[in-house]
Amino acid sequence: MKRFPLHIALGFWAIVTAFPLLWAVTSSFKSDAEILTSPWTVPSEVRWENFSRAWNEASIGQYFLNSVIVVGGALFLTMLVGGLAAYTLARYRFPGNRFVYYLFVTSQFFPTFLALVPLFFTVEQMGLLGTKLGLILVYATFATPFTIFFLHAFFRTLPSAIAEAAFIDGCTHWGVFFRVMLPMARPGLVSVAIFNFLGLWNQYLLPLVLNPDPENYVLAQGLAALSTSQGYQSDWSGLFAGLTIAMLPVLLAYVCFQRYIQAGATAGAVK
Amino acid sequence: MSVLARPVERAAAPAPPAPRKRRRLNRGYGFVIGALAPALVLHLVFVVSPYAQAFYLSLTDWNGVAGKADFVGFDNFTRLAGDSLFLDAIGNNLLLLLLMPAATIGIGLFLATMIQRGGKDGRTGVRGSRFYEIVFFFPQMLSVAIVAVLWGFAYNPNNGLINGVLRAIGLDGLARSWLAEPGLALFAVMAVMIWSGVGFYMVLFSAAIDGIPKEIFEAALIDGSSGWTTFRRITLPLLRDNVQVAFVYLGMVALDAFALVQIMTVGPGGPDGSTEVMGLSLYRTAFEYGKFGYASAMGVALFFGTLVFALVALRGNKNRTELA
Repeated sequence: MKRFPLHIALGFWAIVTAFPLLWAVTSSFKSDAEILTSPWTVPSEVRWENFSRAWNEASIGQYFLNSVIVVGGALFLTMLVGGLAAYTLARYRFPGNRFVYYLFVTSQFFPTFLALVPLFFTVEQMGLLGTKLGLILVYATFATPFTIFFLHAFFRTLPSAIAEAAFIDGCTHWGVFFRVMLPMARPGLVSVAIFNFLGLWNQYLLPLVLNPDPENYVLAQGLAALSTSQGYQSDWSGLFAGLTIAMLPVLLAYVCFQRYIQAGATAGAVK
Repeated sequence: MSVLARPVERAAAPAPPAPRKRRRLNRGYGFVIGALAPALVLHLVFVVSPYAQAFYLSLTDWNGVAGKADFVGFDNFTRLAGDSLFLDAIGNNLLLLLLMPAATIGIGLFLATMIQRGGKDGRTGVRGSRFYEIVFFFPQMLSVAIVAVLWGFAYNPNNGLINGVLRAIGLDGLARSWLAEPGLALFAVMAVMIWSGVGFYMVLFSAAIDGIPKEIFEAALIDGSSGWTTFRRITLPLLRDNVQVAFVYLGMVALDAFALVQIMTVGPGGPDGSTEVMGLSLYRTAFEYGKFGYASAMGVALFFGTLVFALVALRGNKNRTELA
């Protein structure tokens, strides 16, 4: 009984957190009339057609696919490029090593807004404005400094005896990286990959500026554009269905892998 | 010929170790260059060069036409100082900076303490702590644009969640047009920032409290320390670094706030500039009005604002540590 007030406090915040999400999910099964007249009751019948309408007519399916391609491509690129850079900076001595490291790491503390205008023209001049390749390159580049910062510390802690044994057995530098060091760094790679995935999936400013073609919209961008466009009043239920499509897979994946994800998401702040 | 050639060949024979060693060293450098080049090239093209150009552009009147950028010195900055909308934006960002991180950290710390130390004897975690942690973390999984769309609906005056709940529990009088009243809109945006940030910092603080040796709390309990005293004298001082990191991160979020404002508010930035933020001004000036030089000056102002904040936040803590 003594713990009762405590559970009220915790339960209150749990409701504050979860209720808006539940409300959006239940609304996505309602008809427009129900949403307008009784915003917070359960739907009278489950209307799956809202979802097919959102997926096809409102192009949520297309946006979802675009997001998967862009974020997937950028994630792979940043892990490869950032992993290689972190490894060489952590384990090879060469003139300028410190300088290059700080060139990467300090850029994390610059606000993206400062780079926005020149970045737009750089991407435009390369002919990459509004292309998936352009977004992938920029996403990967912006995620690389943190990847290097995190993996640099990680590669330093790995023992060198196994790498030396591999060299003696005739393994090349590339071979040692891909076949010895990378597998040994797996826990660090998983954490930073989760962190990067969430960060890139979360991007809004970069696609807004660099990805003006509605065909190529990523999910968050497309949904935001739908909700602010003039015609949205006519299809509330479709928009809620779109919102649910954007939220639910991520939340389900989170509930399944929450320990990894919490560790990965907080990786930046614990370091 | 062959007689002459043979001794040369033989003389070279004992040498192999040396060239091999040299080759290994060379290949090491080759590897370093090959492995570093992709990241470095991308970084120079898409990060270093744009940041460097921004500082230069802020001193020009460039409107996007190639070759037509005149150097105007600090004119853009003097204009900024008299730009009432941008000054509103600075004020709004500062208000967010003043209130949002403190509220988020406060709620996060409270929940983390409850979860970690709320067990029956005041030593262990509360029952169901894992469940609470999972639910509190939900908003962190959603992209900020999704959160903005969700709350844009929730604040809708006619069929939104907030007014719906208020009417359902008989508080019709409290129902508002949340994003349309100048005095309320910024706080409505701030509430969303707090809503989405608390879970992350709660998990962070919770892990930190979990890392404090149990003996310390037991000693305090034996000495008859109350829950509040334990929190103030033990938990909080030991979490100082975490709180500082949280404050810096949340401060950056408060100085940004672009996505929420741009998606949720009327205008966006309205009503009447009451939710304008620096990032929104910059975005509009550059990509709607095409005043790229002036927009870059806003970027430089935002950069120095962020820099000053970060230095003050980190410095303030250093002084306290020295005193302690």
